[in-house]
Amino acid sequence: MTKIKTQSLHKRDSDLAQSNRQLEILSNGIFQNGELPTFKDKISETNQFPLKAKKLEILQINVGYMCNQVCEHCHVDAGPDRKEIMTRETMQQCLEVIKNTGAHTLDLTGGAPEMNPDFRWFVEEAAKAGIKDFIVRSNLTIIRANKKYYDLPEFFKKHNVHVVSSMPHWTRGKTDKQRGDGVFDASIKALQELNAVGYGMPDSDLRLDLVYNPSGAFLPGDQMSMEKDFKKALMDDFGIQFHNLFAITNLPISRFLDFLIASENYEDYMYQLVEAYNPAAVANVMCTNTLSISWDGYLYDCDFNQMLELPVNSKVKHISEYNEDLLEGRNIVISQHCYGCTAGAGSSCQGVVA
Amino acid sequence: MQKTYYDPADLRKFGKITEWSEELGNKFFEYYGKVFEEGALTAREKSLIALAVAHTEQCPYCIDAYTKDGLQRGVTKEEMMEAIHVGAAIKSGATLVHGVQMMNKVNKLDG
Repeated sequence: MTKIKTQSLHKRDSDLAQSNRQLEILSNGIFQNGELPTFKDKISETNQFPLKAKKLEILQINVGYMCNQVCEHCHVDAGPDRKEIMTRETMQQCLEVIKNTGAHTLDLTGGAPEMNPDFRWFVEEAAKAGIKDFIVRSNLTIIRANKKYYDLPEFFKKHNVHVVSSMPHWTRGKTDKQRGDGVFDASIKALQELNAVGYGMPDSDLRLDLVYNPSGAFLPGDQMSMEKDFKKALMDDFGIQFHNLFAITNLPISRFLDFLIASENYEDYMYQLVEAYNPAAVANVMCTNTLSISWDGYLYDCDFNQMLELPVNSKVKHISEYNEDLLEGRNIVISQHCYGCTAGAGSSCQGVVA
Repeated sequence: MQKTYYDPADLRKFGKITEWSEELGNKFFEYYGKVFEEGALTAREKSLIALAVAHTEQCPYCIDAYTKDGLQRGVTKEEMMEAIHVGAAIKSGATLVHGVQMMNKVNKLDG
């Protein structure tokens, strides 16, 4: 049984539940007094401002902020107490877009997307559109949370869903510290069940990838080396196999920002991000080929901008008025959190970019 | 004038040593970078060696740097502590092995 660690910032009425407060922090202090360059100034050095949206490749839909976990560093501030859930009506609007988009990847995320009561209906309908890569971001423990979810591995298999799951470490201690007591054991069991139906096997078309994000105020190590270590440890200890590991940098927003400030790591972390800035990563940041749709149908350049309530800079603001041609070429909305996607080898929902 | 000998913010300024001797500074950082590349030893193993030496050298900058480096590489706290014990064992062993010199001297002087 997994044990929930805490409540969302929203539930706690924390200052940082407000996106404008987060944006204020990210613009003040070391960025205001010139100690560190703003992201805009930094990308201007290499004439990469303004960042422009290219042809859409990835449509990422956040079907709700409700989750069975309350992970320490969640950028969504998700949890059982979050009630923002995508309605079937909005899903229907999304389906219209999914049928007509030129994007090759559909990426469902949350919260725990499986907790949306219309999740299965939506997956069944969306799968019919025949998009090349259909991702569901599953936190793994949901598969073991309640018997109504036990058949999810079979359900995913039936619709050829590409499962992408978070796994902060191959040890119990580090995983549970970040994600809650019991999360490691439940995740291991879920991975074994996914393996049992064919997910993650070396020659299997049933894709199972893991997402690693650091458990504290430090950047992820080399993705390839981490993947090697994860594969060895999970195989040796539990006989688990998976395809790829995506190393993702924690962006300084929401609960991770709260953690950085409370642990007095904020300035050091921002220094790390700025020092690791890689102009080559800027060319491939995910916001340039991704569109993020919120539970209530609004459009954002990425899931992080969604959480900061920074909508797309376009006449088209909502899924109901979707127009891919109008959205292409829009200026991407940026702030200092964007340094998280350009540090080192870069970071995106699909791992490194440079 | 600062009131302590060590300031954590100085670690970020390490690169500035090249400003007063560019050639030597650059050569040092080039060498340093090369040493830590993946070779016969993995970068992870090198990071743990660096952490142990950071402790035996009692360099606070290096301790900060290689603790963080280890975390970035997925090194666990148990692995870090074991590495430090290796350093500590060598350090104390190096002290104690000189006891043989003391014993030799006693035996020579005092039978």
